[in-house]
Amino acid sequence: MSLTLARLRGPNSEGLLVAVIVVIVVAMSFASPAFFTASTFFALVRSSMVPLIFALGVLLVLISGGIDVSFLAIGIFAAYASVKWAIDGSADQGPLMVFAIAMAVGALLGLLNGVVIARFRLPTLIVTLGTQSIFKGALIAYVGSVYISAARLPASVNELSRAHVVDVRGGGYLHFMIVPVAIVAVLVALLLRRTVFGRSIYAIGGDTEAARRVGIRVVRTQILLYVLVGALAAFGGVLHVILGRNANPQSLVGTELDIIAAVVLGGASIFGGRGSVLGTVLGVVLVQLINNNLVLLGIPSTWQRAAVGMLLLLGVGVQAIAAGRARRRTVAVEQPVEPKEVLA
Amino acid sequence: MTPSAAPILEVRDVVKTYGGVRALKQVSLELLPGEVHCLAGENGSGKSTLIKIISGVEKPDSGTVAIEGQIHHHLTPNDAIHSGVQVIYQDFSLFPNLTAAENIAMLSELAEGRKISSRARIRAAARRVVEELGLRLDLEADVIDLPVADRQLIAICRALVNDAKVLIMDEPTTALTHTEVDRLFDVVRRLQERGVAVMFVSHKLDEVLRISQRVTVLRNGEVVQSGPASEYTARSIAKAMTGRDVSEERLVSALAPDASVLMEVHNLSRAGGFTEVSFALRAGEILGITGLLGSGRAEIAEAIFGIHPADSGSISVAGKERRIRSIRDAVSAGIGYVPEDRLTQGLFLDVSIADNIIASSLDSYRTRTGLLDRRRIRDSIAGLFRRLRIQAPNVGAVVRSLSGGNAQRVVIAKWLDRKPAVLILNGPTVGVDVGSKEQIIGILREQAAAGVGIVIISDDIPELVTSCHRVLVVHEGRIVAELSGEQIDAQEIERRMAA
Repeated sequence: MSLTLARLRGPNSEGLLVAVIVVIVVAMSFASPAFFTASTFFALVRSSMVPLIFALGVLLVLISGGIDVSFLAIGIFAAYASVKWAIDGSADQGPLMVFAIAMAVGALLGLLNGVVIARFRLPTLIVTLGTQSIFKGALIAYVGSVYISAARLPASVNELSRAHVVDVRGGGYLHFMIVPVAIVAVLVALLLRRTVFGRSIYAIGGDTEAARRVGIRVVRTQILLYVLVGALAAFGGVLHVILGRNANPQSLVGTELDIIAAVVLGGASIFGGRGSVLGTVLGVVLVQLINNNLVLLGIPSTWQRAAVGMLLLLGVGVQAIAAGRARRRTVAVEQPVEPKEVLA
Repeated sequence: MTPSAAPILEVRDVVKTYGGVRALKQVSLELLPGEVHCLAGENGSGKSTLIKIISGVEKPDSGTVAIEGQIHHHLTPNDAIHSGVQVIYQDFSLFPNLTAAENIAMLSELAEGRKISSRARIRAAARRVVEELGLRLDLEADVIDLPVADRQLIAICRALVNDAKVLIMDEPTTALTHTEVDRLFDVVRRLQERGVAVMFVSHKLDEVLRISQRVTVLRNGEVVQSGPASEYTARSIAKAMTGRDVSEERLVSALAPDASVLMEVHNLSRAGGFTEVSFALRAGEILGITGLLGSGRAEIAEAIFGIHPADSGSISVAGKERRIRSIRDAVSAGIGYVPEDRLTQGLFLDVSIADNIIASSLDSYRTRTGLLDRRRIRDSIAGLFRRLRIQAPNVGAVVRSLSGGNAQRVVIAKWLDRKPAVLILNGPTVGVDVGSKEQIIGILREQAAAGVGIVIISDDIPELVTSCHRVLVVHEGRIVAELSGEQIDAQEIERRMAA
C-alpha cells in the first residue's frame, strides 16, 4: 500500500499538488457558482502562461543548484528592446522576428550571467542580484524608458495579442499563445529527461565536485544553461508584452519571488538536483488559482500574498520533512520495518 | 595472475613539492594485472598525493607515470580515465539525486560523447555490470535512499562500466559492517580474476592483509618498505608506518573496587531504535558499546545525549535522575558527546583550533562583569593543546587544515574543557591512522584514570579490546551480552555481534 501511495505522490510530490488543486477547485465551486466555468478556466490559463515560462527558467537554474533573480530583468530588457527596435525599424517584420531578436538578446544577457558564475565560481544569488540591477539600469539608460502603449505596438504584435484557439461565445476564449507555451514546456521536459545535457544539470545540482570528477564539463554546461535560461526569460518577456498589449520598461522586475515560490511549491529543491516540469506547471497553476480566485471564497484580496507565502512555507516544509525521513531510512538499514513506518 | 606479467601501472621516481614541503621523494611503485596492492601510511605520509598524481589531478615535479607501458608526461584526469585508471573516493562522489543505474552508466554515456540520454540503454549498461559482478542492487532507487554499503558497490560498478584496468580504492571499508566488508572482498576477488589491478588504501591493517598480495608502506613521502603481503603482520606494517612499535595489546588498569557509579541507564527504549537498555557506568571506567551498523548502538548514545531522546526509561548521573529531552539537558547533566561524523557535526571547520576548543564552554569563562576572562581562556586552550598533543603550527590554525587524527583531538579537547562527568564517543578513531589511534586511546585512558566515565561506541573490535573494562554488545536494539575481563576477546565479540 505504501508503494502505491508513494507512486501517487510522485517523485516531487506532484500527486500532492494535484490533490491540493482539486480540493481548492471543489471548495471554490461550492462557494461560488461563477467559478466552475470555461471563462474562469481560460482566465486561469491566460494568467499562468507568462509565469510558467519564467518558472521553467527558474526550474533549470534551481536543478543545477543555483538561484537566479535576474530572469525578469532579462525578460523585460529583451522584450522592450526588441519591440522598440521593431517600431523604430522601417517595416513590420512580424511577431516571429520580435521573438527571435528578443531571445538573442536574452541569450546574450544569460551568457554574461553564466560566464561570471561558472568561470569565477561565484554564488549565483549574489551574481544575479548584481546583474539584475545592471540589466534594469542599462535598459532605462540606454534602450528607453518610455511606456509603449497598444496603439504604438507593431500591428502584427497587436493582432497576435487577440488571437485565440477556442472561443466560447460570451464565455471567454483560450489564447493562441498557449500553443507555443505548451511546446516550450514539453521541450524543456524532454531536455531535462532525455538529453545528456539535461541529466548533467541534475548531476551538477546533486554534487558539483562529483560531476567534475566523472568528467562532466561543468563550466561549459553551466554557461550553456544560463544562455538557455536567458533566452527563455526573453520569450517570457515578449509574451508578457503581447498579453498585456503594452511594453513598460518598469514592469515585471520585483515579482521574482512569486515565480521562485511557484517552482519550489512544484517540488523543485532549493538545494539543487530535484525538480520536474510537471511539478512546476502545477505549482504555477496553484499560485495563479489562489491569486485569481481567493475573492470567491470571501477572503479579501489583501490576503493573497499571505496565502501564497503560507503555501510556500508548506511546500518547503514538506520537502524538509521528506528529506529528514530519507535520512532516517539510510541510517536504520538493518532494522525490521515497523508497521508505523509503512503508514507514514 | 602470472608474476612475470608486465606491470599495468608504473610509477617511477616521482617527486612532488608543495610550497617547500616535499610530499613525495622519489617514489616508485608498480601494479601488476590481477593483483591487490595495499598502500599503507599514516595521514600526511603522501598517500593521497600519490593517488592524485596517478589519477592526473596533480602533476609531479619530476618522475613519470606509465599506464600499460605508455609514459604520460601531462596526465590529465580525463587521460587517466581513458587509459583505464579509476579512483573510488572515500566519499564515493555519487549523485544522491539520481538513480543507481544513472550513477553507474552516466560516465559511459559521457565518454561516448552522446547527446541523447536513453533510460533503456543506461539501465542495460548498469545491469550488465551488476550482473557480471553477481551483485544485487536496486537500480531504480535514488542513491540517497540506499545504505552506504550499496553506495560503495555502485561506486565500484561505475568504475567498471568503462573497463577499468586499474582501480584505486581510498578507504573503502570505513563505513561498512563486517558482512559487508566480506561481500566487498568477494567483489574485489572477482575483479582480480578479470585482471584488474586494485590499489587498496586502508587504515584497517588486518583487512589489508586479508585481501592484498603486496604491501607498500609510505612514510614521510618515501617508500620505506615494499613486499609480498605474506611477509607482513598488522604489527609490522604499523611499525613500518610509524617507525616505532605500536601496541595493540589489552591495556586496562583495574578499577578501584569502591569506584562510584557515575551514570545509570535504566530500561531506556525508543521506538524503531532500541529496547529496554540498562547499564551502569562507574567513575574511571571505559565502557564499550558495540554491534553491527544499524543495530541501535549509535541510537543509544544519541538518546543519552538528547539528540533523539528516548521514549521511556530513566537516566541518572551522579545518583540524581535527570530528564534528558534535549542536548542542553544532557550537557547540563555533565554528559559530553563526540559524534562519529566529526567534520560536519563536531567542529567549526573554518575556525581556529583555539575557538573550537572553547566553543562549548564559553559560559564558564564569564567574569563577574559578564565579559570573558581572556587570560583563563588562553591558559586552558594552551593546556589542552599541549596535553592532547595536537599537531599544528599553533592554536590559531584552522581546523580544516588538520589531519583526521588531529581534528578528532580538537573535538575531544572541546569536551574535556567542559570537564564532563561522562564522555561518550561514537567511533572515536574512524578514519584515523594507527599512530594517532594509539594516542587517542591513550588520552581516553588518562581521562578515565582521572575519574571521567567513558563510553566508546565502536565496531572497531581491536580498539575495544585494547581499551575497555567492559563491552556491551547490541543486537537489534537490545543488549545481548555483557563481556568483562577475560571475556573481552576479538572472536567472542564478533560472535556475539552476529548472533
